[in-house]
Amino acid sequence: MTMTPLQMGITIAMCVIGTVATRFLPYVIFRGNKPIPTYVQYLGNVLGPAVFGLLIVYCLRNVNLFAWPYGIPEAIALFVVSITYVWKRNMMISMAAGTVLYMVLVQTVFTA
Amino acid sequence: MPQNPSLKTRTGGRRSAALKAAFPLTIPVLAGYVFTGITYGLLMVSSGFPIWLSTLNALIIYTGSLEFLLVAMLLSAFNPVSALVTALMVGSRHIFYGISMLGRYRNVGRKKFYLIYATTDETFAVNYSAQIPAGIDRGWFYFWVSLLDQAYWTVGATVGSVCGSFVTFDTRGLDFVLTTMFMVIFVNQWLVDSDAARKVNIYGFLRSHISEIVGVASSLACLAIFGPDDFIVPSLVLILIVLTIFRSRIAATLPSHVVRPADETHVADDEDGTGRAPAAAQGTAELAKEGSR
Repeated sequence: MTMTPLQMGITIAMCVIGTVATRFLPYVIFRGNKPIPTYVQYLGNVLGPAVFGLLIVYCLRNVNLFAWPYGIPEAIALFVVSITYVWKRNMMISMAAGTVLYMVLVQTVFTA
Repeated sequence: MPQNPSLKTRTGGRRSAALKAAFPLTIPVLAGYVFTGITYGLLMVSSGFPIWLSTLNALIIYTGSLEFLLVAMLLSAFNPVSALVTALMVGSRHIFYGISMLGRYRNVGRKKFYLIYATTDETFAVNYSAQIPAGIDRGWFYFWVSLLDQAYWTVGATVGSVCGSFVTFDTRGLDFVLTTMFMVIFVNQWLVDSDAARKVNIYGFLRSHISEIVGVASSLACLAIFGPDDFIVPSLVLILIVLTIFRSRIAATLPSHVVRPADETHVADDEDGTGRAPAAAQGTAELAKEGSR
């Protein structure tokens, strides 16, 4: 642990404040029957998918493509997640399959 | 006051009727939340955090993706601004759920505050798509769905943490569960966009998935420039800039309820309000439903 308990408390509080803000914001802004600005509607359409793309990149940020194992276990596991999801459309099956496969790969096949 | 007992029974009956109507719809969420909650608890404990912290985070933050990211944040250097920005960014989709639920959560009394606080992907999907039977109190129905879902998540996280203290198997690679979750949501969004684009005959690989592509490309560019520790905020800024600059072009490629800058007055009358939200909601609803199989 690099943080003190107080710093951990502040970090958690920031997460609570940020999350609560996003949940309450629309109800605060659009009280009554005020119309929603088109720019906000537009962002509502396009921001979500973009953010999930960013989150995937964030999760993979420490993968080194230029050194063993070259991101191969991540690529295999995410490929399986995508294929099983397109096939079964079941979130739990895809998450379980991808995670278990990844754990097996990094613990047995691609051990550092 | 002779009226009180009967009034109480009536309120009680309304509550339990709403609970009976709400519970079956939350069963898929029960499966998904308990499973993911357990994984979260396992990850927290295997990262060296106490059991009560998993329960507390599940209860007060109560948004899975951010809680998983928080594990990594708590293990790195103290950076409250980055934590706040990450929370706002990850939570930005709540804004669009909120916009979609504005009408439904109207006139439900003081419960409204809790309903807004307990907004999640799955609770939104259930409450947004629910056909509430006649005679069932809407406010209580929404309330029970929200409360049950939060209970599933919190119990799952606690169970996972408690089990995690006894777990002796190798948990290396367990944190990959977060990556798989984002990947599933991403792929689901991709499929929803493909369907929507095909319906209006404008399908094209690039134009139908422009927001996903902008998100991934901007993040990869910022990762290359700023490195793995500092690229999140620049990435979000770049995504916002790109999506704003090319708004008129991108909006023109959006299927169905196209949101064009010029249509200001017309779109304001749009019943859906959020353009793509109904399609996205359907996708999430299916996601939640499929969880049970």
